[in-house]
Amino acid sequence: MEALVASAVGVMTAAGIFLILRRRTFPVILGLSLITYAVNVFLFATGRLALDAPAVLNKYKEVPYTDPLPQALVLTAIVISFGMTAVIVMIALSAYLSSKDDHIDMTAQDSVDAPGEDA
Amino acid sequence: MNHWIVAPIVLPAILAPFIIMVLRYHLDLQRIFSVAGVVGLLGIALTITAQAAGGDIQVYELGNWPAPFGIVLVLDRLSAMMVLLTALLALPIVLYAIASGWDDRGKHFHALFHFQLMGVCGAFLTGDAFNLFVFFEVLLIASYGLMTHGGGSVRLKAGVQYVAYNLLGSTLFLFALGTLYGVTGTLNMADMALRVAELPAEDTALLRVGAVLLLLVFCIKAAVLPLHFWLPASYANAPLPVGALFAIMTKVGAYSILRMYTLGFGPEVEATQGLVGTWLQPAAMLTLAIGAIGILGAQHIARMVAFCAITSMGTLLIAISLFTETATAAALYYVYHSTLATALMFLVADLVMERRGGAITPTAPMPQSGLISALFFVGAIALAGMPPLSGFIGKLLVLDAARDAPDANAIWAVILIGSFITIVGLARAGSLIFWKSHDAQHNTEMDPENDEEVAAAPAPEPNPGLTFTAVFAMAMGLVLLTLFAGPALEYTSKTAEQLFSPEDYISAVLGGDA
Repeated sequence: MEALVASAVGVMTAAGIFLILRRRTFPVILGLSLITYAVNVFLFATGRLALDAPAVLNKYKEVPYTDPLPQALVLTAIVISFGMTAVIVMIALSAYLSSKDDHIDMTAQDSVDAPGEDA
Repeated sequence: MNHWIVAPIVLPAILAPFIIMVLRYHLDLQRIFSVAGVVGLLGIALTITAQAAGGDIQVYELGNWPAPFGIVLVLDRLSAMMVLLTALLALPIVLYAIASGWDDRGKHFHALFHFQLMGVCGAFLTGDAFNLFVFFEVLLIASYGLMTHGGGSVRLKAGVQYVAYNLLGSTLFLFALGTLYGVTGTLNMADMALRVAELPAEDTALLRVGAVLLLLVFCIKAAVLPLHFWLPASYANAPLPVGALFAIMTKVGAYSILRMYTLGFGPEVEATQGLVGTWLQPAAMLTLAIGAIGILGAQHIARMVAFCAITSMGTLLIAISLFTETATAAALYYVYHSTLATALMFLVADLVMERRGGAITPTAPMPQSGLISALFFVGAIALAGMPPLSGFIGKLLVLDAARDAPDANAIWAVILIGSFITIVGLARAGSLIFWKSHDAQHNTEMDPENDEEVAAAPAPEPNPGLTFTAVFAMAMGLVLLTLFAGPALEYTSKTAEQLFSPEDYISAVLGGDA
């Protein structure tokens, strides 16, 4: 199971990095989402992998339990990354709609246009 | 428990939603509440700085959960002075944004502004590594909104880059925290410092990975070469008053490096030996060099000021990476100076851009050229580190602290030559913008484009008096920092002393006396 989880994290990160290096915004956003999935799985695994174990201690008998803290961290991370992805989708969409161009890099024309003067 | 500690976070956290929900359609009321909120924050910051000045480290346990099980906020000299700097910086900026009408060019400026303040203050106060991540996200998500405030296709494109880069940085932060949690089993900074010291030497491989990842994250925030590429485009394309506020954001990265690496991962800990000295110091020197060259080569005043921010981060991190008490005291003085000076330059750049456009080429003279050029001159002197302003004292302190360092020669050479290139770059920009304009006056007929630009420039700000008051207040801050350099340095020396005896911090957090 360790190998499976580790390779899942690795493959997702690699695919995410590959997509982030693309030149259009859509693959970049997909890549960012993949990397956040990878980090969520990774955070989950930092509490050690345990099967069929509840995340609570049992004070009556000795039963295996799993660390609850990473689960809380993952929950926070999911919420934050979800919100952030929504933000970047909205900003990318409005950038595309206002410039009719979804390349992520600034063109030569952009750097000639004085920033801020279009406000 | 001392409830003042949580106040710098709670006040903006309540005010920002209030502004969004209740004052949504009333810009005047938003302005009044926003300024009142910043003044309140300043009052709170002064109170907690006075409390921290005594040298006690105070701990605030959120939800009354004892550390290391709950999240704690920690007030020591360093966090108090950083919160105070945030409040001091925010007041002139919010006044400037109101007076120049920037807050009217898009929605929710004031709400985002206060969310940003909440994130910055939280990052300075927290004593928990994951909570640091959360506050980073708070300040980042507010900064995304502020960065794209006012819209426009160039700004939005720059915004996409900025958000993508920072999302990647946040992911890296999570990887780092996950690794550190996996090794130490805790996220409380003080507890983590204890566990790191106890770790047997053969088990430190993962810990080193975690510490390097964490350093990378903070270097992204602090815009250290080679992780600085996001800064020029995003700061230069942000609304410039927002750029002035962002001057504190790079300092959040520097603060985090100082906090984490004096507390747990210092050079004296075997597991992370050589990390800061070997890697951070050359990177900081290169940052300073690339920033100075960028100032010299910039074609646009906003980009030039963005490179000024990079230069000052270079100097600051050189001082931090020396990792001695005197160098840290100098670095903390330099934090105050460089934040105020960079913010001043951003505001001056905005004054220039509103009147004549930002290109560093001669155009027809702009209104109030004399006053603005005087302010530019003040900012340039401060940034370049020339006497009589605080930049000179700051750089002198850094140089003096580097005297005994192993590569003192290299450090002195980089700082001095970097300052020289900065002076040349700023002098070039200033003379082209302010002096050459009088020659260009005669050629305006030959260059109809410039005429158009002047005609198309937006109407002067609604309240020029207040605009200049705000900019002068920022310049006044630098003058005061110069006049009271003695007391300020005394405070930062005591702060450095406190930072370099982390056992006080650890026992205050874990001692359970609160």
